[in-house]
Order: sequence, then C-alpha cells, then structure tokens
Amino acid sequence: MTTLSRRALLSGSGALIVSVSLRSQAQTLPPAPPDTAILPGSLQQAPYLDAWIRIDGSGAITVFTGKAELGQGIKTALLQIAAEELSVRVDHPRLVTADTALTANEGYTAGSHSLQDSGTAIRFAAAQVRQVLLNEAATIFQQPAGQLHLDDGAVVAPDGRRLNYGALVPPGILHVVAQPETQLKAPGAYTVVSTNVPRVDIPAKATGGQAFVQDMRLPGMLHARVVRPPHPGARLAALDTSAVAVMPGVTQVVQDGSFVAVVARQEFQAIKAMRALEAGARWQAAAGTLPPQADIFAHLASLPAQDISVLNRGTPPSGTAKMLSARYTRPYQMHGSIGPSCAVAQLRDGMMTIWTHSQGVYPDRAAIAELLNMPPAQVHCIHVEGSGCYGHNGADDAAADAALIARAMPGQPVRLQWMREQENGWEPLGPAMVSQVHASLDGHGHIVDWNYAVWSNTHSTRPGNAGSLLAGRLLAQPFEPPSPRPIPLPEGGGDRNSIPGYDLPSARVVYHFIPQMPLRVSAMRALGGYMNVFSIESFMDELASAAGADPVAFRLAHLDDDRAKAVVKRAAEGFGWGAKPPAGHGYGFGFARYKNLAAYCAVAAELAVEHETGRTRLVRAVAAVDAGQVVNPDGLRNQVEGAILQSTSWTLYESATFDASGVTSLDWASYPIMRFDAVPDSVEVHVIDRPGMPFLGAGECGQGPAAAAVANAVAHATGQRLRDLPLTRQKVKAAIGI
Amino acid sequence: MRFVLLLLVALIVFGAGGCIWLGWYRAIPRVQPPARTAFPSAAIEHGAVLAALGNCVSCHTAPGGAPFAGGRAVQTPFGTIYASNITPDPVTGIGTWPEAAFRRAMRQGVDRAGDQLYPAFPYDHFTEVSDADDADLYAYLMTRAPVRAGVPANELSFPFDYRFLIAGWKLVLFRPAAFRPDATQSAEWNRGAYLVQGLAHCGACHTPHDFLGAEQSGRSLAGGEAQGWYAYALDHNAPAPVPWTADSLYAYLRHGWQAQHGDALGPMREVTDDLITAPDDDLRAMVAYLAAGRNSPLRHRPPPPPIAPPAGRGEALYRGACGGCHDNSRGPPFAGIDLAESTTTHAPNPANLANIITSGIPAAGEEREPIMPGFGAVLTERQTEDLIAWLRARFGAPDPAAGIAAAVQAARSEMTQREATP
Amino acid sequence: MILNVNGQEHDIDVDPDTPLLYALRGELGLNGAKYGCGLGQCGACTVLVDGRAAFSCVTPVMALAGKQIVTLESLGSADNPGPLQHAFIQEQAAQCGYCTAGMIMRAEALLRRNNQPSEAEIRAAMQPNLCRCGTQVRILRAVGRAAAVIRTAAEAHG
Repeated sequence: MTTLSRRALLSGSGALIVSVSLRSQAQTLPPAPPDTAILPGSLQQAPYLDAWIRIDGSGAITVFTGKAELGQGIKTALLQIAAEELSVRVDHPRLVTADTALTANEGYTAGSHSLQDSGTAIRFAAAQVRQVLLNEAATIFQQPAGQLHLDDGAVVAPDGRRLNYGALVPPGILHVVAQPETQLKAPGAYTVVSTNVPRVDIPAKATGGQAFVQDMRLPGMLHARVVRPPHPGARLAALDTSAVAVMPGVTQVVQDGSFVAVVARQEFQAIKAMRALEAGARWQAAAGTLPPQADIFAHLASLPAQDISVLNRGTPPSGTAKMLSARYTRPYQMHGSIGPSCAVAQLRDGMMTIWTHSQGVYPDRAAIAELLNMPPAQVHCIHVEGSGCYGHNGADDAAADAALIARAMPGQPVRLQWMREQENGWEPLGPAMVSQVHASLDGHGHIVDWNYAVWSNTHSTRPGNAGSLLAGRLLAQPFEPPSPRPIPLPEGGGDRNSIPGYDLPSARVVYHFIPQMPLRVSAMRALGGYMNVFSIESFMDELASAAGADPVAFRLAHLDDDRAKAVVKRAAEGFGWGAKPPAGHGYGFGFARYKNLAAYCAVAAELAVEHETGRTRLVRAVAAVDAGQVVNPDGLRNQVEGAILQSTSWTLYESATFDASGVTSLDWASYPIMRFDAVPDSVEVHVIDRPGMPFLGAGECGQGPAAAAVANAVAHATGQRLRDLPLTRQKVKAAIGI
Repeated sequence: MRFVLLLLVALIVFGAGGCIWLGWYRAIPRVQPPARTAFPSAAIEHGAVLAALGNCVSCHTAPGGAPFAGGRAVQTPFGTIYASNITPDPVTGIGTWPEAAFRRAMRQGVDRAGDQLYPAFPYDHFTEVSDADDADLYAYLMTRAPVRAGVPANELSFPFDYRFLIAGWKLVLFRPAAFRPDATQSAEWNRGAYLVQGLAHCGACHTPHDFLGAEQSGRSLAGGEAQGWYAYALDHNAPAPVPWTADSLYAYLRHGWQAQHGDALGPMREVTDDLITAPDDDLRAMVAYLAAGRNSPLRHRPPPPPIAPPAGRGEALYRGACGGCHDNSRGPPFAGIDLAESTTTHAPNPANLANIITSGIPAAGEEREPIMPGFGAVLTERQTEDLIAWLRARFGAPDPAAGIAAAVQAARSEMTQREATP
Repeated sequence: MILNVNGQEHDIDVDPDTPLLYALRGELGLNGAKYGCGLGQCGACTVLVDGRAAFSCVTPVMALAGKQIVTLESLGSADNPGPLQHAFIQEQAAQCGYCTAGMIMRAEALLRRNNQPSEAEIRAAMQPNLCRCGTQVRILRAVGRAAAVIRTAAEAHG
C-alpha cells in the first residue's frame, strides 16, 4: 500500500485545479485517464476525491453519495464509513444524497449496490482524504506523517500541537483523482463501523419532523392531481372542464393529449377537482384486451421469446437413479409502497427543479429532459425520501408528472401526489414468471444433473427514456417506449439467481426472455431472484426428500463455498433444526447467495397450519446473513427481518388482479398484505461479520430464501407440495382436504 | 281465595310436572370417540359441505377460538347462551356421542343426556334435515380436531334457566319432523326448500320472532334480527331499491356481495364466507325456492324515487366522510357501493346503517374482503344521527327519521363493549 | 372553523367536508398524519380524536367542533421524545418510517385505555395499521416497551 504525498496526488491526475466551487463540476469531468488502474466502487465513475468528501475552513465535513436513502439505512451506514476512515465522530460529517447538481452519478439505488459501490468509494476516498490531511499537517508541523495521530477532527503532533481539519484544506487539495491503492483503517481499530449507530433519520420520523418528499412545503406551493385514463392504452376523446373551472381554489387544468392534471391552492380542493375532471372526461378504449388472469402463464409461454443460455456446464451422466421434475409459478405482484408516489417541481429562470423519491435521479432527469425537450443541464433532480419503494414504483412517473405541471405554471412550486388507486393501478408490477426444473440423483442421493428454465418479461423498464415514463406515453406527441432488453448477467433480471449456488458438475440454465408485456412490469426487490430461489430451493427439498436426506444436510452436501456453508449451519443451529415440530406445524429451510455474488442468506422457518381453514402463519424465523464487512449490524438485521416478513407476505397472500382492461387490485382490500394478526412471534437474524472483507449487498438477500423456507415449511406441515405462488389459504386447504 | 291459591299451586305443579314428563328423554349411553377410519371419506366430505350450508362453525366458534370449540356468546331476549363445544373431545365436546344422539339433537332438540336444548340452537329448522345428512354431518364433526375447552355457563334470567320448561314451549311451538318434498314442485325447488327451511335455517334470522322466541307463523322470511343486525326480508317486502333477480341473488350468496345491492354484513358475512365451499347447484336451488311463489322478493315493487332532503349537516358529513369511497368509480366489492343502490340505506329500520357507520368493516385478515373504516370514534351520537337521517331521507328509505337514536345508541354501546374486551 | 389540535385552538379556513388529514398537513403544517390511501385501510393517517384512534383521511373537519385532536407532534420531539417515540427509537422500529407516525398514534390510543396490554391485545389494536417494510416485530416490541415504561411511571405516581 503506497502512502500518498501531496505532490504525487496533484501530479498523478494530469491536471491541477486551484479553485473549487460548491456546485461541483466533478461529475461532469471525464473519468480517470485510461492509464490508471481500476478504482474501487463508484470511484471508477467519479474519481475525484472531492466528488465524495469536502471539508471547509471551519472543519465541517460533507460526504456526497449518488445513492439514496430508501429506508434501508444507507444514510447512517455511509456516514459511519466516512466517519471511521476520517477518524471523526459519526455525528461530525453531513451527508448529501443523490442530487444531479451535487453528487456523483451512481445510477440507481438498486440491486443492493449501495455499500458495494458507494460505500466502497466513500471508504477509499475518505481514507485517501485522511492521508491528504495527514500529509498537509506533516508539512506544517515539520513532522513525519507517521508520527501524527488523529483526534476528533484534528491532526495532533507528538508534542501536542493540534491542527483542525479546517486548517488543512487549502483550495483544491481534495480535487485530485483517487489512487487505486490506499491505506484503509484496520477493522480491529474500528470504533464506528460495525457498531449499532442509531439510524440518523428515525427520530424525525417518530416525532413529526419533515422527513419525506410528501412533507415538503415551499412558499407559494400549489397542489396538483393527475387524472389517469380508465385503463392503459385508452386515449382522451373529450374533456369538459366547465365544472372544474368554477370550483373554489382551482388555478388551472393542464392537458396535453391524454395527460390531464388539475392544480389548486389546497390539497383537498385538488382532489375534488380531480374527481370532477374524471367525471368530465371521455375516453376512447384501448385496442385489444388482456388474457383472463387464470390463463396468464399459458399466455406468457405462448409469446415470442429470446432463449438465452445462462449456463451450460458438463454433460449429463448416464444411468441415474431418480429423476424429478417440477414447475413453479409466480403471479404479478405489487410493490405496494405505503405512501403513494409524490414529487414537488418548480420551473424558475429556465431551470426545472424536481424533488423526487426516484431511485435514479440521473436517469430520471435524462428521461424528463427528453420529455420536456429541455437540455439535461436545465433539469435538476434532487432525491428526497419517499416511503419504501422496493424497486421501480411510481416515483419516476410522479416526478415527470410534476415537471409537466410545473412547466405550465412557471415560477410556482407544485406538489403532485398520486392517489392510492393510481399507485396500485399504474405502478410497474413484479413480473409473472414460470420456472421448470428437471434434475437427476445418483444412487448416493447426490444431484448429478440439473436443468432449469425460467420464463419472464424484462425486470427493468426504468427511465432512461421519456418513453419509459407514463406521461411520455400520454402526450399528444407520445414517446415510444424503448424495446425491453434483458439485464445481462452477473446481475440478471428474470435470470437473477437462476444459477443455483450449489456444486453441480452438470447443469443447464436457460432464460426465456419475453419482450411483450401484457401488464406494465419492472424491477421489484430481488428481481428474478425471488422466484428463482423459491423454485430452486423448493426443488432442493423435493430432491432431498427423494434422496431420503435431511434438507439442511442435503444442501451442505452440495455446497462448496465455506461462507455459504457457514450461514446454512448458523441458521440451522440458531433455529434448532432437527427437532420435531409441534402438531400442525412444519419446518422449512431456504438458502441463497444473492446474485451469486452479494450477501449470503439462509432462513429457517416454522409455520403453523390451521387444518379447518388452511390458514397458515409464520410462527418464527431464524436467519443467518454474511454481508462481508458489516457496517451497522442492527441495520443489517433490520433489513433482513423486513425482507423475511415482506417475502412471507408475498409468498402467502399476494397477487395483483386484472380483468380484460387492466389492473383491478386498486386498494388494500383488493390487494391484502400481511397485517399484525399474521406477524410471527419472533424473527432472529444472526450476522456473520467478516471484518476487512468487501461489502456485500444485503438489502434483497432475504426475499428468496424466506419464500423457500415458508414454502418448504408448508410442505412439511401438510405433506403437500405447493408450487404456485401465492400459497393462499384456499390452496392450502384444497391440498390438505377435509 | 284459598281455592284460587290452591288452583295456582296445582297449575304450577302440574305444569312443571307436565313439562318434566313431556320433556323427559332417556340418556343415550356414551360411546368411545370413533376413529376417522370409521367413516367413508365421501361422508366426511359431504358433511363438510353440509356444515358450510348450515354455517355451524360460525356459532360454535368463539372469536379467536378453535373451530367448533364453542364459547361464542349468543344474545337472546332471555339472556346470553354460550354455544357448545361440538368438537369430538370426549370431556368438553361431543366425542362420546353416538350418531343417534347427534340425530336426536338435530331432530328433536335434546342432547345426549336427555336434557332440553335451547332453541337458540335452531333445531326448529334442523329438524328437517334428513337422517342421511345427519349421518354425514356426524361423520364430519367427529373427524374434526378435538379441543379440550369448556364453555361458560349460560346467563339466563329466571325462569329461563330451567331447561325442562322448554318442553312446554315445544309442545306449543315445535313439531319435530324431517322434510317432506312437495310433489307438485320441481326437484330444484324441493332441494331449495329443504335447504332454506332446514339446514341453512334462514328463518332463524330472517323471520320475525314473537315474545316467546319462536318464529311468527305466517310471516316466514318477512325480516328479523340477528346479533344486533337487521336481517332483511327475503320475501316480497325485500327493501332493495334495485329489484333482485335470480342471478343477482345467486351472485350475492356465491360471493358475499352484489354490485347493485351491497356487501353481506355482520352475521350474514359469516354465512357467505362459509358458503364459499357450497356447490353452485345448492345455491341456485335456494334461490329458486326463494324466488318462487307469491311472496317472492323478485316480485316486489321498487320504492318511490327519493325526494331531495334539505342540505344540512348530514350532507356535509356525507361528502367529507363517505364521498371519498362511495362516490368514486371503483364500485363493489372493494370500494364503497353507490348508496342509491344499497339495501342498507333503504332498510325498514336504521340498525344496520348505524352499525356499519359506527364500526365499519374491519380489516379481518389477509383475504380479499371489503374494508370500511368505522366512524364511531370521530362522530358523536348526534352527528351519527344527522348523517343517518340525511342518508335515509336522501335515498328514500321508508319512515326515514324513525328509530335512529335507539339504533345509534345500540351500535355505540356494542363498539364500546368491543373496545373493552379485545 | 375552529379546530382544537394538540391543546390549541386554530382557526382553519377550509371547506367543511375537508378530511382532517389535509387540514393538519396543509393548514397547520403538521407532518405526523400521512396520506397512505385516503380510504381508512392503512392507518398512516391515524390521529386521536377525544382519545380514540381515528383515520384522519376520512374524518371531515366539520365533524370535529369541540373535540380534542391529538397528533404525533404533541407526544414529544426529537430532542425530548415521549415514551412511545423513545421506544420506537430505542428498538429502531422503522425502516422507511412512513407508517411510523400512524403506528405510534394507534399505540398511543391503546396505551391510554390499557397500559398493560398483552401481546394479543397489542396485535389486535394495531391491526388497522399496515407496515409494508416488515418492521412489525420491532413495532410490537416497541409498544410493549413503552407500556412498561408508562406503567412504571403510573405506579410511581401512585
């Protein structure tokens, strides 16, 4: 590890920039010159140190991330990382999150990449900044840098002289390109990372502080509502605004093609006006109808598909003892954000500013700029928290709606809030999927051949392009939605986690990518990983049963990866695997390494089945997770606990409903999710910390394993294998009989 | 004077003695609880369907309790009766009952030990169930999970706590007899009659009862009461503003809601939840029976169109509290019904309207079912009365102002009671 | 129209059929009550009216004359949180936190009438409120924790 000298830093970049303005140009400058090595994490996209860390003359530290707080605790974790490497108290730095004018472009806060990409960048940048400060102090103190130590935002000389960080940052000192190697703090010396620093955002949320984009109030802000078509594809034929024009508080109606919105002074006035506008709108029905919901899987399988070979390893052996097949299905499912999407927008002096909870402020900006026919530099997207999104929900579209409305009322800020029915009816759903597994066991109960196929639409229709936005398709001059493309591995979309994490010398995996989308779909937490792990892990249990093996022992026998084995063993031990469940209860197990490259997670579940009704309840779950170097253990546990409950809700209850014209699950009555009566008695998450190892994304690692654990517990409790999600009360009852 | 006294004493003694003599039934000896293998699975499965049609699980399950283990409080004008444990537990349930004892309970309203059963258990209907169906019901009940659970003692005022007096009641008001088909009617009609009069015991709620707790003769299905809810008339007095048809009645029973009539509420919701497993043919037969005849609900005339009542507090309350769900385009079963078409707003009395405005339809669990917020916490009695008065006048309910205060009081006291005992 | 919110009278200029939620957020600038569905199905808008939990999204202001409305803000502040707020923070009983305000108010209504609820009673009381992130186990723990604190304080005061 080379220690940095100031000279080396400044000369290494090939450019010396003396002044730095707060409105950073760092993200518009080209990335590191091609002759430098690959930089860790998102430093590769934004290699200047001051794209990540700024220190002003008073010693105030600002940390920048292109990622967004979604409720996963990333604000706190990133502050911990920065504070640790900078050797300051965790409440010393201030964090600025995704903002197209201020932060690096880190794409979407998605795929559990935040710690891997942004956390790594901030960690390395902060460590290098620390070294810059030490070197600067060394020059001033005339002491070797190695003799100096850091204390609460100051560099201290052996004789006790102190220099505050604020005194060590002449202009431009941090505007240097990061080095590929740096001296990181040893995990053994951590005082902030790997501790349960309380979430910095929770106090405001528990006490009525301004915490969400929904809470924003700008001077002169007006309230808006959109009127959506009765179903996708319908076009506006006529709009009678006479009733609305005389309603109190209404300031204007915005209409462009089939895009309709109304603005009013008070929020309820906007809602009443929206209802009046709905009554005054006449629509031309869309051509074509949706297939009956009961036929959706057959319908999807009949659509043209690209057959992508994801894995083709080895050759199937001859003479196998047992062969098993199974088919699994997953319906369309909803993100179901508790707070429907919202955005605030204002057009002032030619600049469109949008406050949005979009997961990707840069891509959304690009799409909105195209939508408005404005240069991207004139569109400024700032992330402000919304409610949990769990993927691509209505946030990006609400931002576009708000911008269109703001454009019609220059100078005035407008707050656009979607209604519950609009969020449920128009959010992109988690795609319906089918999987087919076929495997063979040898005489020793070992898997000797594995064949897996999965059918799915794309798992990402994120903007991007104006055509990806709902508003873009409604305008009088509509934008075309881009052709959907599969997300390449190792990330994957429908094929995410389609390659089992087991040692399978002969294995084939095929992804049937279906471009045509009957319903609007996009990324939902874990993407294809939820369904693929549900299928693979259910089938592992079916194979274990055929082999006469214990499900956990069967998995361990097929695992090579020590870290995988460790989480499996820890979850099983923590659960008390091997004991007999009480009458009417079943035990189930699920394991996966998210994307085969992120966090490892194993879940053991106990489920009770009420024979008379078929009603099931998750009684308890015990999980183990290995996310590499842990930043905030309780934050990690909170995420995995939440994943287990959410995935259990998906698995036992959830499917979006639709009729010939569109989605019909428009509220919580028609799309029930887990309520307190079904919440388990306990959920334990054992964290296996790996000090010094790279961060592994854990935000989505629980979805698949929990689903499988629940499904396997149902099979164990009832003796019946259910393969079609969700595992509703009716399906369980039909399986167990009278 | 002494003669009169002597006469009175004699009457009481002979009356009581007569009841005891009439009501005396021998105890049927206990048996070992039968094993599941004692019953063909076809019998058990058919018994499940019959139990769904008879909605047994509803009365015989306490809130949050194990299915069929009893303990649910049934309010009667004579006090509270606790439904018995009919799981096959040998100690607290009917595990030691032979089939003959079960059949006698259904046919004659007498338990295994020979004691009279209170007609809160509607054996005046179940008496019509055939021996074969009783056998299948027995097969189903005896193969449920046995639950060791005693039920609280009944809380009945004197003299109703003396079971043997029921024999006197039966003498006048009850004739045990299995159903006999009417040869002049179709098979479907007879099936419907058998179910409606018998197992489904619709009249237990939907027929007005007299002061002795018996159904008023000649007023079958003319409207009744159940657990604080008004059970609408199923005859030509059916209050629905949109006339019922055979199809809409079938859909209502099939799904528990119908777009032009409303959702099943209160105890009827429990009935339609159970009917989910009932065969289509049986539901259609019940509809055929109800729809036929000179008292058919299909034959009634819709009410006169409503007059616009004066705007006032009620209307503003409606717009702010109700309009959000009931005025939008979504429609039942999950969004509010258009109240112009709702049976509840047009009912002959405001009991159900008061109940649903006060307590709503709570989010019960994780099934697709209507949810409606209750307004008992935010509306005073007076405000609830104003809202109901406006709704009933607005939508043309008969005698719109009558009985509102009492209905609201009853609804609110039920809400308070429920809050105190979770 | 006069509304009594958190012990203070406010003169609010909104249409009488305006649901309380919008008066609280728009006219009084309070963040506690949140829009989740507008249908009384999710509880994100929960406030107290005369001590009882209510869905502010379906409660018209004209029904509230003379009633005491209590919102999250009156239970404490970030610097000085009340027992429930403190318990939620101690248990880190939030992920996105959008449901948190409504959860705390629903629990507040329960603890005002019953400061030693069993877990079954807590679950039943909280049933009208949804949490999509799956934090309910922590929420149950936080309510139990707050109940214990409130109980101890009540016993200390005799």
